[in-house]
Amino acid sequence: MNVKRKPGTGPNNSLGRKFQVWIAQHARAMLVSTGQLSKNPIGNIFSIAVIGITLALPAGLHLIINNATQILENWEGNVQVAIYLKPHVDEAQARQLSQNLQADSVIENITLITKEQALNEYKTLSGFAEALEALEENPLPNVLIIRPNINSLSSVAGSELIHRLSNMEEVESAQLDHQWVNRLIAILDILKRGVIILTTLFSIAVLLIVGNTMRLSIFNKRTEIEIDKLFGATNSFIQRPFLYTGLIYGAGGSLVAWCLLLLLTFIIQDPVNQLSILYGSDFAINGLNAKEVFALFGIGSGLGLLGSWIAVGRHLSATEPT
Amino acid sequence: MIQFTDVYKRYASGKDALKKLNLFVEQGAMVFITGRSGAGKTTLLRLIALIERQTRGQIIVNSQNLERVKGNRISLFRRNLGFMFQDHRLLNDRTVFDNVALPMVVAGYSYQEIRKRVHASLDKVGLLSLEKSYPLALSGGEQQRVGIARAVVHRPALLLADEPTGNLDPALSWESMKLFEQFNQVGVTVLIASHDLEMIRRLRKPIITLKAGQLLTKNLPVEP
Ligand SMILES: Nc1ncnc2c1ncn2[C@@H]1O[C@H](COP(=O)(O)OP(=O)(O)OP(=O)(O)O)[C@@H](O)[C@H]1O
Ligand SMILES: [Mg+2]
Repeated sequence: MNVKRKPGTGPNNSLGRKFQVWIAQHARAMLVSTGQLSKNPIGNIFSIAVIGITLALPAGLHLIINNATQILENWEGNVQVAIYLKPHVDEAQARQLSQNLQADSVIENITLITKEQALNEYKTLSGFAEALEALEENPLPNVLIIRPNINSLSSVAGSELIHRLSNMEEVESAQLDHQWVNRLIAILDILKRGVIILTTLFSIAVLLIVGNTMRLSIFNKRTEIEIDKLFGATNSFIQRPFLYTGLIYGAGGSLVAWCLLLLLTFIIQDPVNQLSILYGSDFAINGLNAKEVFALFGIGSGLGLLGSWIAVGRHLSATEPT
Repeated sequence: MIQFTDVYKRYASGKDALKKLNLFVEQGAMVFITGRSGAGKTTLLRLIALIERQTRGQIIVNSQNLERVKGNRISLFRRNLGFMFQDHRLLNDRTVFDNVALPMVVAGYSYQEIRKRVHASLDKVGLLSLEKSYPLALSGGEQQRVGIARAVVHRPALLLADEPTGNLDPALSWESMKLFEQFNQVGVTVLIASHDLEMIRRLRKPIITLKAGQLLTKNLPVEP
């Protein structure tokens, strides 16, 4: 045999040359891949759109739940217990009570709203100033507003606190504001887990879509793959163009998903703003932040890559000589 | 150097294509393999190219035990082979140039190098003017010569040709054989399966005759 060349060597074996070859091989793979994609634009756009919609579903749900959580968390900051004191409890007694309660670890802070303050506030806000002026006696009670320590306040501790407070002799009634907020947050926690499961399922769906599309295109190129292999193509040489195609599918799908989410935020932006105004809140819907967009593209591209890697790997191992 | 020791090949169908085959081909030799249709010529070449694996026995090619050549080493091993198929196996959606370039593209040569060698190779088989044609636009004989050009373009150390002249007229057949002889003269080991007994006798090279998967005779060239 020819002794001038070591068996199995390529064009040249120096490290710099190897790197050049590596770059050239990748450039070629990218060209082959894009060439292949442009040969069947409609079919490929369809595949990418399907992948995009599949990715958009869990991502959209994630977005909605995130926003809902955010709204609720803002409210949660306002969770407070209003303690209406009995009419005969005067301001000094109320102040004393407030000082006593301050020692409680569940209580973050206490504000006393005296009946005069409440009345004044009511006068300015309601516009019934004159009518109220006519009242001989202030009908409002002194009120203590307790802001509980959120961290230590489980729902059990919350109702226990209310129970304890309402049993005090100065207290007429104690009400936990926005108890429903906590319930919704609990429900959202369940939904978040649902999103994780859904994301897993839809990821598998993306893998299957990419894998199946790849399987078809591998089938169409099986003769070429066979001949390439017969003349010494390595598995990576065969795989590379398919991996690029998978990557393009994944990244393209992510782009479609992102556009769909932008559209979603755009469409619900107006109604959400209207709602915010009605509730006197300055909440505006949040789209995906940079990190989330990055994650979307990362997951999409990763799935595309993985799907095609599995499909080509299976085909190649089936063509090993036996 | 190619050495077969008690090689058996049984296909999945249960057909025994080779039975207890022993043979030795020296490095740098040019050897013909003949035998009736179905004798196992193609199978023999496929075992050497690692397209199939033997069921039993040992094959050594260029001091490598083929049983140990696995995974990516199969690819590297094949880069030293030139293979010509009985059924051409050209890619019909690629030009003649691209078809011939394939073994070099696969090995990662630069475009300039590829162009130079493909042109030289096509020139040798007399098809340089057809480099931009597609295989289906060529005659059977022309396709076969594209196959020859592809088999030698990367200067393999071992050339395996399965009926390389099946579709060629006598004059072209003779020319192709002379071409293989030229490669052999620069050190390439050449193994050619062929039916054309009359022609291969004229070349005065060793002939291995197979019959039903067994070695019938190994004729050394006869001086006239
Ligand atoms: N892939 C296969 N599966 C099953 N049997 C096969 C396979 N390939 C070849 N055979 C059988 O093995 C035997 C040898 O086949 P092979 O192709 O090696 O013959 P050959 O000498 O090349 O014949 P020809 O001159 O017609 O090309 C034949 O009987 C054939 O039917
Ligand atoms: Mg044959």
